[in-house]
Amino acid sequence: MSVTPEAGTSEAAPEQTTAPPEKGRTELTAARNRLGLYLIAPTIVVLLVVIGYPVFRAVFMSFQNDAGLDPKTGLFVSGGFAGFKNYTHWILQQCGGAKCPPGTLGSQFWPAMSATIFFTVASVVIEVALGMWMALVMARAFKGRGLLRASVLVPWSIPTAVTAKLWFFIFAFDGIANSLLHTEILWTGSQWPARFAVVIADVWKTTPFIALLILAGLQIIPEEVYEAAKVDGATKWQRFTRITLPLVRPALLVAVLFRTLDVLRIFDLPYILTGGANGTTTLSILVVNQIRQGFNSAAALSTITFVFIFLVAFVFVKVLGANVVKTQQSQQKGAR
Amino acid sequence: MAVSAALAVGALLMAGCGGGGSSGGGSNQGVTGRGPITYVAGKDNNNINRPTIEKWNAAHPDQKVTFKEQSDQADQQHDDLVQHFQAKDANYDVVSVDVIWTAEFAAKGWLQPLKDSFAADTSKFLPATVKTATYNNTLYALPYASDGGLLFYRKDLVKTPPKTWDEMMGMCSIAKKNNMDCYAGQFAKYEGLTVNAAEAINTAGGKIVGDDGKTPEVNSPEATKGLGRLADAYKSGNIPKQAITYQEEQGRQSFEAGKLLFLRNWPYVFSLATTDASSKVKDKFGIAPLPGDGGKPGASSLGGHDAAISAFSAHKATAIDFLKFWTSEETGRYFATQGSLAPVLSSLYDDPTLIKKLPYLPTLKTSVTNAVPRPVTPFYPAVTKAVEDNAYAAIKGDKPVPQALNDMQDAIKAAAS
Amino acid sequence: MASTTTVEPGRAGVGAGTAAKTRRRGGIPWSSVRSYVGIIVIVLFCLAPFYWMIVTAFREVGFTFDNTPWPSHVTLDNFRTVFDTSLGNHFGRALANSVIIGVCTTILAVMFGVFAAYALARLDFRGKFVVLGIVLGASMFPGVALLTPLFQLFTNIGWFGTYQALIIPDISFALPLTVYVLTAFFSEMPWELEQAALVDGATPGQAFRKVILPLTAPGLFTTAILAFIAAWNEFLLASQLSSDKTQPVTVAIASFTGSQPHQEPYTAIMAAGTIVTIPLVILVLILQRRIVAGLTAGGVKG
Repeated sequence: MSVTPEAGTSEAAPEQTTAPPEKGRTELTAARNRLGLYLIAPTIVVLLVVIGYPVFRAVFMSFQNDAGLDPKTGLFVSGGFAGFKNYTHWILQQCGGAKCPPGTLGSQFWPAMSATIFFTVASVVIEVALGMWMALVMARAFKGRGLLRASVLVPWSIPTAVTAKLWFFIFAFDGIANSLLHTEILWTGSQWPARFAVVIADVWKTTPFIALLILAGLQIIPEEVYEAAKVDGATKWQRFTRITLPLVRPALLVAVLFRTLDVLRIFDLPYILTGGANGTTTLSILVVNQIRQGFNSAAALSTITFVFIFLVAFVFVKVLGANVVKTQQSQQKGAR
Repeated sequence: MAVSAALAVGALLMAGCGGGGSSGGGSNQGVTGRGPITYVAGKDNNNINRPTIEKWNAAHPDQKVTFKEQSDQADQQHDDLVQHFQAKDANYDVVSVDVIWTAEFAAKGWLQPLKDSFAADTSKFLPATVKTATYNNTLYALPYASDGGLLFYRKDLVKTPPKTWDEMMGMCSIAKKNNMDCYAGQFAKYEGLTVNAAEAINTAGGKIVGDDGKTPEVNSPEATKGLGRLADAYKSGNIPKQAITYQEEQGRQSFEAGKLLFLRNWPYVFSLATTDASSKVKDKFGIAPLPGDGGKPGASSLGGHDAAISAFSAHKATAIDFLKFWTSEETGRYFATQGSLAPVLSSLYDDPTLIKKLPYLPTLKTSVTNAVPRPVTPFYPAVTKAVEDNAYAAIKGDKPVPQALNDMQDAIKAAAS
Repeated sequence: MASTTTVEPGRAGVGAGTAAKTRRRGGIPWSSVRSYVGIIVIVLFCLAPFYWMIVTAFREVGFTFDNTPWPSHVTLDNFRTVFDTSLGNHFGRALANSVIIGVCTTILAVMFGVFAAYALARLDFRGKFVVLGIVLGASMFPGVALLTPLFQLFTNIGWFGTYQALIIPDISFALPLTVYVLTAFFSEMPWELEQAALVDGATPGQAFRKVILPLTAPGLFTTAILAFIAAWNEFLLASQLSSDKTQPVTVAIASFTGSQPHQEPYTAIMAAGTIVTIPLVILVLILQRRIVAGLTAGGVKG
């Protein structure tokens, strides 16, 4: 669907005097196509080198066996071709013919999957609600809003490793959390407290990220729209749901999409906070642990994770329409 | 068009730079070069590495040693070594390895076997420390620092330290009377738990793996008795429930705050409990070997570090000389006095000047002489995970001890396949 | 839905009109009170753990585990420890490295992102959805699994311990979000403004730079901040690929050590964390106006 500069304008834009003849139009289109590709090239090259290459390599390695011990020499030797064995190991819990016993990494695959999904749903839902509220407050004009915005970004700007240690410290049995709440919760020692500890720390750290993106999206909404709605008698809630939400939707969806992809890969926070104990082992923690035991199997797990996250993103884009690319035509069509 | 160009670039890169898998590396017996080398070790807490290296450099100006300092975290040190070994990096000549990594690195062909022209005399070292540096009947490293578990106890409340576990549990009434917790070690789900679980199992006469480093032998009545002690104590409250979150520091904090009667920890607690401004137990605590079983002292897990030569080093002749210097008596004495590192040479434990500096040295000697290394196996990461996960569940009471040991056995078998 | 007359995106805040109207009515401005309460709650939420971090940073090492909520046993020792160079740490240099890496990453990521977003939102070319797929797909692979291949790749080409070995991966981590956010912004732009400028005799490049780009300022500065913070926070890759001379603060902090083995230097880490946050807060204070105030100069009316 090629777009020519003067097509379909119903706006009050002046008539285009730059309308070229038929031949020139095709040349112009071809030139614009080439320009598009050149503009895209740096991004694609960087991504293919830094991420594409490891992904290809991981897929390739996932079909190899991990090194096995040669009983005669006591040294590790290459394992050879494995077919799908690494994949069945994880998905079907196959540990050399029998079901993977507790205490092996294989047995932790499905629990890790469910822990990852829990963290994703809990974190994203809470962060979106909180982030939206914070963005609305930050968007107002009042004295000291600069300081408010800077303080909102503080949690996001502390390096993750420091944040994780800070929360580890706060959630220690003798730490400030139990001290202020006068409780004796084993934050990192039992399942649901540990999971909530991770969610709390993660929400604290990344709500600013979502708030910032929503705030940027709010800036595009012109004031006149609210004025008109108020004149029509709309309540605050109606203004929020009928004007703000739909117009901030593109920015919101991008924020939610990327946040979801990030939480699905979360590693640092649960690793330092709980070490992955008590049902807080995520897929990435499992990958890191597996890398220490055999990296071909870890490559298979990474690929499985990749496919899983791809499916989630696919559903997201299809169902929620997080499709940010609108051509000029559809933008003009939909805007009337 | 740009997309396909980029894809081509990616493919070329993949082809040119692919590989790097670990197959059995060679031990370059033929390379006996001399020259500058790099020593790689974790963070130097007490600044003892640099002065020692300076001494070597002064005496060997054309075989200078550069010190590459890694992070403070054991996991990161391990991963850093793995990355460089996998890349067959010749810049890492002599490396400091935690005692639990030596077998793994040796089996991957990354360490130079210390035999023939690289042979070293190990008679002066404590036998347990040499065991950690040996794999498949070959010596792969030389130990230079050790560590053993000690029992810290409140000597103002307990006249004589307990000699057995049952005796210690019997003293828990004293703790209750003083509104304290009775006993804690390291029970969070990390390597420290393997240390404590291994101690419990080994003290009771059990074994985690057999002598081949592969075959699990943990499903035994002795192991059940040992691990059962921890599980029962947790259930009855003799081990406080928050101890399930304890690493080394949390236990030390509780002990220094006067809330704990008995603490199993490493010797480092000694100086901190004495000098910390906030310590409430400054001159009220004593140290003893771990409680044992039937007349034998407790079997502490052996900590510490070995120094090894990388198989990919280009200057191995220098490396082996440096290794011998690093593990000499003079250096060991310096490490002990300046860095409070437990020596590996038996003779140093009887040295009066050292004992004056480190009053816990005689106790530590008992601990280290009776220490049992954790499983010396190339599958150590998998074995320790099997132990951690199941011991954690057993102590918490999520699983009965016999089932936990059964699962541990199966998991170790699955890991070593 | 969108306005039928001229569009002036980027006008200050949605609540400005509301607050003014409320004040005019007289009496207690409840909505203002509500918003001030909201502000206080937000500030408390964001800063309370940070406050605890600062309190710990100023507390003596011997009292690390003290739970007194207000500052006690106050000392500057931890900050001295952080900058102490006698044990081979060089925190000042690590700070400089982080800034260099962050700035380079941000500039390049935003630049590539602007190019890509313009192409995706404005132009048409074959393979657009493949490109979007690749860009999004780059955010799907577990970052922890990138370490070994990237380490080997960069070591093989001799880039171990260089800045580019850290900058290029950081750019690739920041790019997906940058591209998507900017594309979302560019899709919302009133391109008729660009056409008007072209009619007035500007070249496409000038039209883009002088008319469209200023209107995307909120998106640009937002992604700049996010890209910078992402590079600032990055640890795993930096820990493997940086040398002593090029290590950023995240790696430097991980190298802190207590005076004894097994001892965790919490107070020093908290002190370092406090120090590390300051440049970012300053950066945000400088840029925060740009995030919300689009430049209305140059907007076309009627």
